[in-house]
Amino acid sequence: MERGCARDIQLNDIARGLEQAIRLILAADPELLGIIFLSLRVTGLALLISTLAGVPIGAGLGLARLRGHGLITAILYTGMGLPPVVVGLFVYLMLSRSGPLGVLGWLFTPSAMVAAQTIISFPLVTGLTMTAVRSVDPALRVQVRSLGATRVQEAWAVLAEARIGVVAAIVAAFGGIISEVGAVMLVGGNIAGRTRVLTTAIVLETRQGEFAFAIALGVILLALAFTANLALLRLQGKL
Amino acid sequence: MVYQSERLRHAYAGRTVLDIARLDVNAGEVLALVGPSGAGKSTLLRLLNFLETPTSGTILYQGRLITGHVPLEIRRQVTTVFQRPALRRATVRENVAYGLRLRGIPLDGAVDEMLGRLGLLPFARQPAHTLSGGEMQRVAVARALLVRPRVLLLDEPTANLDPYNVGMIEEIIRADNAERGTTVILVTHNVFQARRLAQRTGLLLSGKLVELADTATFFNSPADPRTAAFVRGEMVY
Repeated sequence: MERGCARDIQLNDIARGLEQAIRLILAADPELLGIIFLSLRVTGLALLISTLAGVPIGAGLGLARLRGHGLITAILYTGMGLPPVVVGLFVYLMLSRSGPLGVLGWLFTPSAMVAAQTIISFPLVTGLTMTAVRSVDPALRVQVRSLGATRVQEAWAVLAEARIGVVAAIVAAFGGIISEVGAVMLVGGNIAGRTRVLTTAIVLETRQGEFAFAIALGVILLALAFTANLALLRLQGKL
Repeated sequence: MVYQSERLRHAYAGRTVLDIARLDVNAGEVLALVGPSGAGKSTLLRLLNFLETPTSGTILYQGRLITGHVPLEIRRQVTTVFQRPALRRATVRENVAYGLRLRGIPLDGAVDEMLGRLGLLPFARQPAHTLSGGEMQRVAVARALLVRPRVLLLDEPTANLDPYNVGMIEEIIRADNAERGTTVILVTHNVFQARRLAQRTGLLLSGKLVELADTATFFNSPADPRTAAFVRGEMVY
């Protein structure tokens, strides 16, 4: 009987959460908008840095036949599986007052969160771009050269063929960092109005028993991930 | 003379795959090279397309010694159609026009004319990877011819294709050679195709040029017994 009651309450909470989510979104709740905006700003900036650095490096690694590329691949693949909380700890130690980068004064600011998320997303973008470029048919590269392409044109042709894989790399990185909580919690501190993002707010609201608000935030997080995947499918021509 | 090569040798991981004492290719001729798999035919085409540098020996292209870095304007005079057409993830038209785009040449009616000559106009807007094998190879041939190369290298261009596609590809190669004087070097297993298209034919065996003669002599009165056996359809290695 009690168990059934508990389940009713939970289902109730979910229903109320969904209802509140719609209400908060429609009402453009300023607190909620602030959290969404900061999440997108931190993740967007980290993704931009990772993409600007990771796509050219990944493409270069995919195109070149470097000595020891097996070792580079192993390092990148390890980086792709970095536990966010470990990255958070590393960035925390670097940025803490006694750390080597403490003078920057970034700890518990969005800058620290961007740094942590960049470290998490960079190997993802680089590694998946490298894999996408390497998976392009080698015969196409030879054919492009035979047609009189310069080295730059040849590299561009291979990258263009790998574009779906490169976009998938960026979307995968987006999904990885928009939903991570360990690193941003450690280095951002989840300070209301300053460093509170969707994931850290969900943790806080759940701990406080504010399930409805937590669910509302969860729904928005899912909607963002869903939108990113829709964009990917659209780019792949599957939508 | 388009090519003059001497003591041309190429090796992979220390294993010699090509060792030709001398090979001259005349401007405007269709030269066929026949031989079994592994004879070094494709390797020779890669060297003549400057895609690889020979291990030793010399290649003169139009009297100019080719070493290490090959200038772009020379590379752009030679192109290859490979056995397996490597097409870009793009439409048929974009694939055919690709060589012109690389050269920064504005696209005009020439693209449609070439598409029409190879029966590809109905597929112009279709993604190239949705075509049949024969149609894809026609796209590759159209793309190569549209850049108006001085030398067209053909590496088994019609292997595994049906007679309709073989006929269409042979016809446009013959026409391009006659109209523009394109030098064509054709590598093929198909002795009948060599006989139909080439003015001179050579036999490559184990990386060596066994015999090179005008096509009629090559097929009717070959000097080397291995050529005679190959022409008769016997296994020769």
